[in-house]
Amino acid sequence: MKKSVFIGALTVAGLAAAAAPAATLDEVKARGTLNCGVSTGVPGFEAPNADGEWEGFDVDVCRAVAAAVLNDAKAVEFVPTTGKTRFTALASGEVDMLSRVTTWTFSRDVDLKFEFVGVNYYDGQGFMVPKELGVTSATELDGATVCIQTGTTTELNLADYFRVNNMSYEPVPIETQTEAQQQYLAGACDVYTTDSSALASVRSSFADTSAHVILPEIISKEPLGPLVRHGDNEWGDIVRWTLNALIAAEELGVTSANIGELSAAPTDNPEINRLLGTEGNLGEMMGLDAQWAVRAISAGGNFGESFERHIGENTPIGLARGLNAQWTAGGLMYSPPFR
Amino acid sequence: MSDTHAKTVSFVRTEMLPEKAPPITSIGPIAWARENLFSGPINTIITLLSLAFIYLILSILLPWMFSNTWSATSLRECREMTGTDHGSACWGVIRERWEQILFGFYPQEERWRPILALVLLIVAIAPILFTAVPRKVLWLSAIYPFLMPWLLWGGTIWLPVMVALGFVIAYLIVRFGEDLIGSLGSMVGAVAAAVIWWLFLASPIANAFASVLPLALETVGSREFGGLLLSITIGVVAIGLSLPIGIVLALGRQSDLLIVKTICVGFIEFIRGVPLITLLFVASTLLNIFLPPGTSFDIILRVIIMVTLFSAAYMAEVIRGGLAALPKGQYEGGDSLGLNYWQAQRLIIMPQALKISIPGIVSTFIGLFKDTTLVSIIGLLDPIGLATAIRADSDWIGVLWELYGFIALLFFVICFGMSRYSMYLERKLKTSH
Repeated sequence: MKKSVFIGALTVAGLAAAAAPAATLDEVKARGTLNCGVSTGVPGFEAPNADGEWEGFDVDVCRAVAAAVLNDAKAVEFVPTTGKTRFTALASGEVDMLSRVTTWTFSRDVDLKFEFVGVNYYDGQGFMVPKELGVTSATELDGATVCIQTGTTTELNLADYFRVNNMSYEPVPIETQTEAQQQYLAGACDVYTTDSSALASVRSSFADTSAHVILPEIISKEPLGPLVRHGDNEWGDIVRWTLNALIAAEELGVTSANIGELSAAPTDNPEINRLLGTEGNLGEMMGLDAQWAVRAISAGGNFGESFERHIGENTPIGLARGLNAQWTAGGLMYSPPFR
Repeated sequence: MSDTHAKTVSFVRTEMLPEKAPPITSIGPIAWARENLFSGPINTIITLLSLAFIYLILSILLPWMFSNTWSATSLRECREMTGTDHGSACWGVIRERWEQILFGFYPQEERWRPILALVLLIVAIAPILFTAVPRKVLWLSAIYPFLMPWLLWGGTIWLPVMVALGFVIAYLIVRFGEDLIGSLGSMVGAVAAAVIWWLFLASPIANAFASVLPLALETVGSREFGGLLLSITIGVVAIGLSLPIGIVLALGRQSDLLIVKTICVGFIEFIRGVPLITLLFVASTLLNIFLPPGTSFDIILRVIIMVTLFSAAYMAEVIRGGLAALPKGQYEGGDSLGLNYWQAQRLIIMPQALKISIPGIVSTFIGLFKDTTLVSIIGLLDPIGLATAIRADSDWIGVLWELYGFIALLFFVICFGMSRYSMYLERKLKTSH
């Protein structure tokens, strides 16, 4: 009996699936919560704390969008997704957006029909070696044994890099980051390679962090950013410009501390005024109110504040801004103008 | 005769000696050790080697386990407390996160509900498991399947009540329709009536009642389930449903009706030919694509359905083994008593077949319960999934064995309990003495 109900539901569902999807913004507003896809746990980027609240650098993007759209940074339903389930979860509408350390690539954007709305972290593949090996550059790694996660782009990048530099290596295939950590510490491999942000968090867990160095070479481009489905450009605009608002806020010096003051009355800087809605009608153009960016920035602070709180140099993970600094400070973070 | 011996034997005892205690080497622990551990040179060597091995393991494990790190709030603090890198456990993570491993993201102030559901579960299955429990408790067992979802997920009580009413309607039709439209007709009518009731009437009527008298608990979404609560929810529901479905499938496979038999064989062989993880991926990703955007066909419900179907197929084969082991005379005996098919099954065949199958049934249950940890692969945060999530907290990166050890302990307690119960049941039902 259960089975027949189930199959019946499938048939009905299959028929209904043909109907045009409603606008995501309306759906989110009607539901009252934003369904945001995150990973099942990446240090600094997303993890539940002891009270079960999700925290992290990617999580702040979800909260900012929820604050902008729903006026409540807490109105987010975090849906943990794995590397295997993330794209179906987004494509099927189970989540409204993904914000989970996902690399922006051509095929994901074009072939899988997603829309990457921007980049919130420029990552790249790096190498970590024990200091006692005395290696200072990845070009000295000829003949090394390398711990490498199988079936990932890092494996292909590694092969390319060693071939281009005419070096040989011995791969030690591993499945998860936890396993890599154990193998590397046990001395099963000389080198551990993965995205440099993950290397930093792995290194932060070691008892003696100074005994391991992360080599300066970055051998791949891994721009990580939030993404939405193709086909609902209004929703894509909201997520894109919420992220841009966080980045622009840092550039313009708008922080969670001074935002109350800056948004109370028009300031001397017209761009701040347009961003915070004291001038112009940018919010209205997206179907939101004038205060949307004020709420988004208040939710978790501007881009720089969120970075410093979750993954910055004063946290255990201790990542330098590097490429992720504002363009004015030599980085790549560059928001198009709010105009 | 005694006269002759009176000359040759100087002393003859006339009364029995009092019983003496047996020598120290043949009683108590020493005797036990001599008999079981040191009964020969080879056994002695094996014993000594085993002792050395146990000592080796414990000398590593015990100092690691007994580390005074209960109050630590991060792995770094643990290391400062113990002064070593890997020499001792960091129990602070369990102190901080044990509630999360047990309840997942279930709201703090509502946690009495899963606890109450668990207590009621124990009370409700007690009369099924132990004959000494008063039979009146069976009423609780009957309403428990409808009470549990209400307690766990919340919402109005009228929906489970209406679902239960569907079963009552079906029962009444079978009970009183048999004389009017015959046994097959009443059976079909009952199923049809129940399905119509559930699909079209139950929900509006429940809503109508709820608007008059809500009687609602706060709704808790499936995404807030996690940890052991999630494992037990999936495990208990799947165990409870897979046994009856498995029995029906096993009987269907032995049936003489071609279509019934083909369907059952096809279902069993298909499900057994597919790994559980494939079915879970179907539940988590494929169904999402078929379902219209925006419909929230609950993820836990999807997983429960898949796990149930999976274990029902295995259960069917276990029970078929029990059915095959019964001598043909039992079936013929049922026929000669004039019992119809269902009566014979209920009174003669099933009690014996199920008794034979107990070890197989329970090991399927245990396997099913442990398989629930596979849901971490599709992003549900069961204890294993939560262990990954907890390690992503920058305070606890690198904590591994403490979390896995704690989870292993929880699973061991439950699985060992099931295994012990099955042994008790086998002893109790043993008729071959």
